Amino acid sequence: MRERKNQYSARSTMRWLADHLATALAVLATILVIAPLVAIFVYLIYKGASSLNLAFFTQIPKPVGEPGGGMANAIVGSAVLLAIASLIGVPIGIGGGIYLAEFGRGTKLANAVRFTADVLNGVPSIVMGIAVYSLIVVPQGHFSAFSGGVGLGIMMIPTVTRTTEEMLLMVPNAVREAALGLGVPNWRSVLSITLKTASPGVITGCMLAFARVAGETAPLIFTAFGNQFWSVSLNQPIAALPLQIYVYAISPYDEWHRLAWAGALVLIILIVLAVSLVRYVASRGILKGAS
Amino acid sequence: MGVGIEVTNLNAWYGANHTLQDINLPIPANHATALIGPSGCGKSTFVRCLNRMHETNPIARVTGSVRIGEIDIYADASPVEIRRRVGMVFQRPNPFPTMSIYDNVCSGLKLNGYNNRKTLDEIVERSLRDAALWDEVKDDLKKKSGASLSGGQQQRMCIARALAVDPEVLLMDEPASALDPVSTSKIEDLIFQLKSQYTIVIVTHNMQQAARVAEKTGFFLNGRMVEFDSTHKIFTNPSDKRTEDYITGRFG
Repeated sequence: MRERKNQYSARSTMRWLADHLATALAVLATILVIAPLVAIFVYLIYKGASSLNLAFFTQIPKPVGEPGGGMANAIVGSAVLLAIASLIGVPIGIGGGIYLAEFGRGTKLANAVRFTADVLNGVPSIVMGIAVYSLIVVPQGHFSAFSGGVGLGIMMIPTVTRTTEEMLLMVPNAVREAALGLGVPNWRSVLSITLKTASPGVITGCMLAFARVAGETAPLIFTAFGNQFWSVSLNQPIAALPLQIYVYAISPYDEWHRLAWAGALVLIILIVLAVSLVRYVASRGILKGAS
Repeated sequence: MGVGIEVTNLNAWYGANHTLQDINLPIPANHATALIGPSGCGKSTFVRCLNRMHETNPIARVTGSVRIGEIDIYADASPVEIRRRVGMVFQRPNPFPTMSIYDNVCSGLKLNGYNNRKTLDEIVERSLRDAALWDEVKDDLKKKSGASLSGGQQQRMCIARALAVDPEVLLMDEPASALDPVSTSKIEDLIFQLKSQYTIVIVTHNMQQAARVAEKTGFFLNGRMVEFDSTHKIFTNPSDKRTEDYITGRFG
């Protein structure tokens, strides 16, 4: 009897150890995930916050040697580029995802589309820039905001498509059957029921794609090109935050280095704000208790 | 008002699997008809052929004719029209998870473009009353998600949702098999009341349930309909030996 008791307590000690070890590893992994983000953020604030002032948000860059100036044109330029990119990437991406999950399941075309999306996801962004350069910039004969937006938009498509597909596939078939059983046409059921049920995940996918291209520099070098002056014309070269940061960071001037840090900080904050805003707006349409 | 259903030489396949073989069956209007039989005998496939849900599976195929009232559903109408006239309640409650109770109930109308608020309000109330759920949910129709109700309430909400589009026939595929005894008896009471207005076809594993709610009962086995008669006859004096073996619990 006594021996058995010892045996049990030895086993429970092992279990206690295994349990706490697993918890500790999970906590460690969490810290390792969060640490780089926190480190980047803290470092950006340390290097960039001191150069942030009203002028940064209201003025355009000053010529070399003159102190001050800001990135107002680049902030607006990035907004314009991302708006074009989202207008292209989100509808095409969601449409592709709907096709893959709802209409083309198991067909050859669907497999081809899925494969293409995965390959497109792996194409280096500089290659995307060159492709758009030869497709739009060369025929038009000049750099333009439009071509930059198209480049970023194409980069968004595969991410949006694949996450939309995954999220739609997670919607239980019972929900689709419920809609069809009520005499709802299939297209209506897909748009109003399946897609709506999957919408939190689909929105997350769109935001991931958005945040990823918001920081892209390479595809813009040959397309949007950058601009030291005010421009919101789609037909003209346009400034963008990542481009401006790149140009300033490799310049030999300390003043520009400081502005580059500030620009990087602003870029991250704006991305976080945009993502939070979309999430907030989207979450208001969904009832509590919904799974 | 309900209409009768006349099934003639119905055959159905899933891929190479011949799941229904030569089914002939007259289902009377404004009565409840129960379909019993062991798992995999084809009774679910059969009801899914009555509103053309069977064909939503790409590998499925059907031959034969099903007349609902005046209409041959495989010849005269589109699946979408048929499903509006033939409502369906599934085995597991399947509310639309993103919608409120109110939106769940009127979803069939709203998704077909019907938008008159006042009429919708009336239909939602009437459907929920008919499904014996109104008193339990009337205070948070638009506040609560349909998915936040209990399983039994969800199932009655799904019945209300099917009733809201004003069908002539109501198909119920084991509507109480996922529910506790109290919810089950509520659903059975409901079937009892609804059959004065609708033609009801109910698939069930529970023979007592068939005996309680249905006037007619059909026994399915291995994709064939073995016997179809009044419920009383099936349970007291079946003509076929296999029916007797099944209802006395010798197999299945």
